[in-house]
Parts: sequence; structure tokens; C-alpha cells
Amino acid sequence: MSQNRDDETSGRRRGVSRRGFIQSAGAGAIGAVALGQVEAAPPPEPVRPEDMTAVSLTVNGRRHRLLVEPRWSLLYVIRDRLGLTGSKVGCERGECGLCTMLIDGIPRYACMTLAFEAQGAEVTTVEGLMRGEDLGPVQQAFLEKDAFQCGYCTPGQVVAAEGLLRANPNPTIDQIREGMSGNLCRCGTYAHIVQAVQRAAELRR
Amino acid sequence: MKEHDLYYIDGPLPETPEPAGQPEPWGETRVVGKPIPRVDAYERVSGSAVYPFDTVLPDMLHGAILRCPHAHAMVKKVDISAAEKMPGVHAVVTGSTPGFEIPWYSSRTRPPSTLFDPHCRYEGEEVAAVAAETPYQAWDAIRAITVEYEVLPCVATAEEALKPGAPAVHPGGNRVGDPAVYQRGDVAKGFAAADIVLEQTYRTACEIHTPTEPHGCVAKWDGNRLTLWESTQGVYAIQSGAATTLNLPLANVRVIGHYMGGGFGSKLGITKQTILAALLAKRTARPVKLFVTREETFICQGNRPPVTMTLKAGVKKDGTLMAFELKVLGTGGAYAGAGSVDFQVRDLYLCPNVRTEATDAYINAGPARAFRAPGHPQGNWALEQMMDALAEKIGMDPVELRAKNVPTVSQSRNDQPYTSTGFKDCLIEGAKAFGWTEARSRAKAAGPIRRGVGMAGGMWQGGGGSPPSTVIVKLFPDGSANINMGASDLGCGTKTWMAMIVSEELWLPLDKISIEHADTGTTQFATPSGGSKTVPTEAPAGRAAALEVKRQLLELAAEQLKVTVDELTLQEGVVASTKDPAKTVAIAQITGLQRRGLLVGVGYRGPNPAGKAVNPWGAHFADVEVNIRTGEVKVVRYVAAQDSGRVMNRLTYENQVIGGITMGIGLGLTEERVLDRAQTGKMVNANWHDYKIPTALDVPADQTVIAIDPHDTMCNTTGAKGLGEPATIPAASAVANAICHAIGVRITDSPISPAAICRALSQPPAKPGQQRG
Repeated sequence: MSQNRDDETSGRRRGVSRRGFIQSAGAGAIGAVALGQVEAAPPPEPVRPEDMTAVSLTVNGRRHRLLVEPRWSLLYVIRDRLGLTGSKVGCERGECGLCTMLIDGIPRYACMTLAFEAQGAEVTTVEGLMRGEDLGPVQQAFLEKDAFQCGYCTPGQVVAAEGLLRANPNPTIDQIREGMSGNLCRCGTYAHIVQAVQRAAELRR
Repeated sequence: MKEHDLYYIDGPLPETPEPAGQPEPWGETRVVGKPIPRVDAYERVSGSAVYPFDTVLPDMLHGAILRCPHAHAMVKKVDISAAEKMPGVHAVVTGSTPGFEIPWYSSRTRPPSTLFDPHCRYEGEEVAAVAAETPYQAWDAIRAITVEYEVLPCVATAEEALKPGAPAVHPGGNRVGDPAVYQRGDVAKGFAAADIVLEQTYRTACEIHTPTEPHGCVAKWDGNRLTLWESTQGVYAIQSGAATTLNLPLANVRVIGHYMGGGFGSKLGITKQTILAALLAKRTARPVKLFVTREETFICQGNRPPVTMTLKAGVKKDGTLMAFELKVLGTGGAYAGAGSVDFQVRDLYLCPNVRTEATDAYINAGPARAFRAPGHPQGNWALEQMMDALAEKIGMDPVELRAKNVPTVSQSRNDQPYTSTGFKDCLIEGAKAFGWTEARSRAKAAGPIRRGVGMAGGMWQGGGGSPPSTVIVKLFPDGSANINMGASDLGCGTKTWMAMIVSEELWLPLDKISIEHADTGTTQFATPSGGSKTVPTEAPAGRAAALEVKRQLLELAAEQLKVTVDELTLQEGVVASTKDPAKTVAIAQITGLQRRGLLVGVGYRGPNPAGKAVNPWGAHFADVEVNIRTGEVKVVRYVAAQDSGRVMNRLTYENQVIGGITMGIGLGLTEERVLDRAQTGKMVNANWHDYKIPTALDVPADQTVIAIDPHDTMCNTTGAKGLGEPATIPAASAVANAICHAIGVRITDSPISPAAICRALSQPPAKPGQQRG
């Protein structure tokens, strides 16, 4: 085992690597065998597009293991494979925000995120903002302020508002307009959406 | 069956029986008109509402359509052999697939075509379709189809289309029939008698509906019975379209459209993708889901026709309008026309001499569909900018000029009186709430940010509603009720106000009312929700149904209380005698109702008043900031005053209006279909990045909605008129007038982009010494 490669690895990862740990533990024969196996493993093959590959996703606090095509978006997997259809399909090219999900608490476009990329992250959809059967505070605020018409963009708006309020619990009107500007509403209910986010900030307190 | 000019119905207008009696108009209401959250809000905010796009069926396949990438081409050869062998692919079909040579009509008046027409007259015409296990595999298969096209010369504007030698979109040339001419009085005499005559050409760009839920459906067969879960404004229109095209009995086509993610007129009728979904499902013996992509919503799912309008207007110095002459050239693309542009020039203001002439041309672009007040925002753009120009010339305030010319009769419809017009109140009350006089005379800032205010009036040609409508109310013995209606709820709050009407008449709490709607298998016939007619059409039928239940309920109570029916009232859920206070019974205690288990009230929509016109009105006021260095426009404040008769629900009413304002800001400032007119004819901005609809940053948070209710007791039994379309008609014009006030230069073409403003400001000044920063 070459010292150089180890340095490279630990340097890249900037943390305790498995190899580095084993080495520094001063392992005996068993450790040496294990080390040899690790070193003999070939570099991972690039995944072929047509191969189904196992991923593990944590969605609304629940862990799911499933097989996906590497190209499948997080949106497709959550809607069509996990059956959570609250998140909507709008453009599939990162323009409208209908598919907004929280990924580790940050609003992200799930149509532009591969299911693969969400491994190891906490994914929250509009369904995950419910409190059992009851509406969460942002949802309640959207109901009270009538912050939607057709409702098709609403799950994305609600999740974006939740993300905004997690980052900034007391936003100004301009901060709300800025924060919600990645979510389109063709019915044009923005004036009510702004009011709803203000109301949601109150309800979350 | 009678003939009509309603864009949302193709064919004769059916009728329902006249109601037995007409109830008295409402006075004060307890429920109707109050700001009440929607009865289906929970489903819509929780994510539990199942939209057509969310429909999942066992064994369901996914469809996709290969569309012509050229503006004008002939399909020579389609090779599907590679696509058929792709993994997961169950069917690949083209125009030569047996069973797919289907004649196609989009309406009675349009040129005929076929399902897969080898002569592709616009970018986006259907060439082939597939069904596969996943949408990814369906698109893999689409990409594996090879097509040999003969690309033909194309034409991308109405002006070019009418030139001699222009490529013919259809045999017989590009003119859509003869020009439509309207005339009253004598415009030459009118102009001669006017003190000021102005003439100006205005243009509005092509606007795309692009609703958030794409167009499409899920199709499933059970033998020869077809069920469609369709994103539509009218389930019965889809039923008849599918039944006609597929040669099925109406009863064998069930269309369900409980939720839908926006339509704005683009989801009124049958489309090829629905027929393809049904045929692919038949061929594969599997349910098929087929929704178009976002790009397809831009190129081939409807648009608002672009128009060029030349308006000549004459006015006396005292503000008396003498004559209007309007010439319109528009294009609804390859298969449709561009109608109704002239209506407001004919009817919005008092004017004795009017002539309008509208010419339509075919071009190689996606067909238009009805778009939120067809023709009206366009015509308003010309008329309301002209009204401001006239006001300036005669030194009169724009609000005053308009208020001076408010008609009480419909001049282009044989001077029929309007059942009500609150237009003057919209102008006066709107101006008051806006602080018009002060804002208009505000001192101009010297810096690069110029502030200005502008306004516009407007009316909608429809909005009165009409028969047919049938609504059924069922009362259960525990005092809960079910409403059954065919109308769709596009997000206008249809279910909510219908429940409020039943609550009003029967004193039932909203949470004890359930609603079945928009399902041809289980609900009543309804025309599609369009034309701002759902409230004035369906609400009277709902009220009649509730009152019929009440009549039966009082009869049963009279039997039980041993009194006559006419001494009974229903209040707070209790039937009581007005003569003997001891004689009362709660709804749930009426034994006759318990024995029957159900009371059924059927309500019909009565006819509109004979010889009268029913129309909604509005006046909008915009306050804008224009950066004269960058051309950026910020709409900072907005007031809209609408007369749509009685307010059904203050909360959803306000929401409709702010939505209309927002859409109008899009038309005025950002929205434009850009065709590569010099070369390929293709749309170059078929996505939401390059075709910009308003975001939360583009509309003011400060929007005030004023409801003017003229207490119309004639229009129908609820006193309500339509709102959705009138709320957007004057919005773009109000913004344009405000920009003109801010920068002193009039921009006559939409959208008023930063580039357009910079261009206009770089022209030589109209007046010597005019300051332009």
C-alpha cells in the first residue's frame, strides 16, 4: 500500500478515511488482509443508463429503498414510484417551481435533481408539511388568505414558503416577493401568496 | 336549440326547461358575498387533490407525441421500425397505422384536417405517437423515429400572409373569409364634426396560455366504454368531442375532471392528444396517460391572436365622442381566427358613428384558442390608449372623459338597455380609492426613476350567462346535503360559491355540504366553464334547486306541525310557524324526511330578460415607476374597481381580480411569442425562461379590489355577472397609460419591454426641449 495514495485520499476527503483509520490502528494480519482486499477492488464501473440501480431515499422521514434508472429525476421517483403526487410536474426544466421540495431544508427543484443526488439527504414534500391529518401552518395560511386558484402550483409554493421561513422566520414583503419568485403561478395569485407567507410567519411563531 | 355567438360552445345552444317560478332577488345575505375560504382548499393545499396529471391506474402506460419541428412541411416518410423495438415500447402509431386515418375538425368553421395530417401547417402538428412503460422510454422511442420532411416555405405574420405570392397555408389563400364589418351612423360625418381627430396604429403580441397543468388526459377502456380523466374546463364538451371523433355513443364516454390546473380558455374542447390517448389505450389494451410537455403548451395548445389595430377617433372639445373607425388585422395561426377585437370600440363608450373592419389571416403557427376574453384585451389596448390621447389633446382628465361617455344601452345590439351598468361608479370610486387626482398631478422627479399613473376602463361582451344549466341538491335526513353539478371549478371557486348558495337558502353549514361535479357519468349537463359565465349560468340553477328542496321540506314540516305551508319559515335550520311560536321542528326532526331518506331538488336556469343586455364592467388604475436609463418598469400600486353584479364570495372575488391584473401586466410588459419570422418560422422562446410570465416580483403587493354592485335585479335570480375575464381586460392598457404618463412618450406595441422603452426614449423628442434624462 503506498503512502502517497493514502495521503491523496485523506487529503481529498479532508476527514478520517477508512483506510487511514485501519492503517493508524496498526492492524495485524487480519487488518492487512482486509487492506489487501480494498486495494484489489477495481475502480467503480460507470453506471450504464439502462441498468436499474439501488438507491435509498429518505422522504418525509421515511426511508425507501428502490431500484431506479440513473436518469430518473427525484420528482419522477417520488410521484410515480413512491406515489406521492402532491408535488406537481410543471416544466421538467427548472423554470416553474411546481416540483419544489426541501432537500436538507433548502427549497430545490426536484425535476432538476436526480434521485441519485438525493441519497443521504432529508427530502420533504408538501405531504411532509402536514401534521397528521391537519394542515401545517403554511398550508393553513394559504387556505385562510386564499393564496391559490387552480391549486396546481400550490404544493410547490407551500414548500418554497416553508423553506423561506425556515431560513428567515420574519421576512419583509420584499424578501417574500424575492423568496417566492422562483415559483410561477399562472392564475396570478401572488398578492395573496405574499399575504399568506406573512400569515404563515405569524402562525409558525 | 338556438344559434348564438358564444365562443365556448361549438354548435347550437341547448336549453333547459324554464323554472316553475322565479324567486325574489336576494336582499341582505348571510353567507353569499362573505369572505369564506374555499370548500376544497384543504385538498389543494395539502397535496391530496388528485389532478388529472396525478391519475395513476394499474398497468398504465405513458404516451408521447412526435410533432413536426418545421413551421410548414410535408411528411414524406415515417420510419418507426427502430422505435418499435425499444425496451418498454407497446405501440408506435402514425397516419398510416390502420384505425388512425381519422378526419379532424376543430370547430364547424375551420378548415378540415386529419388526426395525423401529412401536410403540417404549423410547428407542433402531430406526426406519430407512442405508448411505453415509462415516460422516459416513451421519449426514447419518439427520438428513435425518423421522419423525412419536405420543408415548405412558411409565413409567420398576418401582414406577410396577405401579400401576393405568400405561401398558402390552406388551398384558396390565407384570408379567413371576408372581413367582418360593423357599422352605425356615418364616420365621415362624425370626423368632420369633431374638433380633434387622431389616428394611431397599435399592436398586441401573441400571448400564450401555458397553464401550469399541461394539457392531456388518462384514458382507459372497459370493453367499448371509455373513461377519460382530463384536465378540462368542460367535461361535457370533451365527452361530445370524443364520442363524435371515435364514433361512440355519448353514454359510453365518461369524462372526469374534478380538478384542473388552469385553462384560461385553452382547455375548452377536444384535442388530438386526447383522441391519441384513447386510441393508444385501445391498441395496447392498457390505460394510457398522455400529457403534453411544457414546450408543447407553447407551440400548439392555443394562444391569444396577435393583432394590428388602426384606430381613428374624433372628439369635440367638450369630450363628446363623434366617431371611431377601427381596422383590425389579426391571425389565429393555421386553423383559427381572431375575433371580438372590436367589441369595446362599438359598445364601451357613447359614440354615434362607428365603423369596424376585421380581417383574419392564416399563418404557419399554432392555432389560437379562446384566451381569457378573446379579442378584448387587444381591442382595449387600442381604445384605451386612444382615449388617453384624446383626453390629452382636449385638455380633459382621462377619468372625466370616460365618465362623460358612459352608455346605458348597448349601441351595437339595437340599443338594448343594459340590465345594469356600474361603469361610471367603477371610474369614480376607483379613482377615489386610488387617489387619482393627487397622483396624476404629482410633481415629476428629476432622477432616472420616473413615476406615472394611468387608468383604463373595460367591458366584456359576455358575462351574462344563459341556459342551459341543471343543478341538483339532495338533502339527507340528518340535515346534510349534496350538490350535483356538471360545471368545472377551474380555480374560480365554483364549488365554494355553489355551496354558499345552498347554505344561504337551507341554513346548512358549509361543512355539511358535499359536492359532486365535472363528471359526465354522475353529474348534470353543463356547458364548459368559459366566457365568465359560470356564476351567472350555474348560480341561478343552484339557487332554484335549493329552493325546490326547501319547498318540499316545508310541505313535510307543515304536515307534521299540522299547519299550512305559507305560515312556515326556515331559519337557523329550524322550520317554524310565523303564527304559533310553539310550532317548530328542526330539519333533522322532520319525520317525512326521515321516512323518505332523501329530498331531491332539481333547479334549472331560467332565460335571460328579453330585449336586455347583460355585461360586466371595470376600471383599473396603475401606479408605475420607469427607470429611463434601463427601461425597467415596476408596477408599484394598483386599484381595480369591477362591476360584476353581486359578489358571491369576497375572498375569491378579490383573488379573481388580482389574477386578472397579474395576467394583464404580463400582456402589457413581458409576454410575447417570438417566431423566427425571417427564416424558419419556428417559435424561439417556447419555455418559461424566454417567454416570461409575471412572477411575484413583477406585480405589486399593494393591490386594492373594489366591488361595485349595482344591485342588478334583472340579469338573473342571483344578481351576479361574470368576473374572470373583465378583471383582465383593462389591465395592460392601464399600465401602458401609466408608462406614457411617466415618460411622456406613448408606446403602442405590446409588450412594453425595457428595450422598447429605451428605443422610444432615444427617438428625437416630439416637443422641442422635452427633457428625457
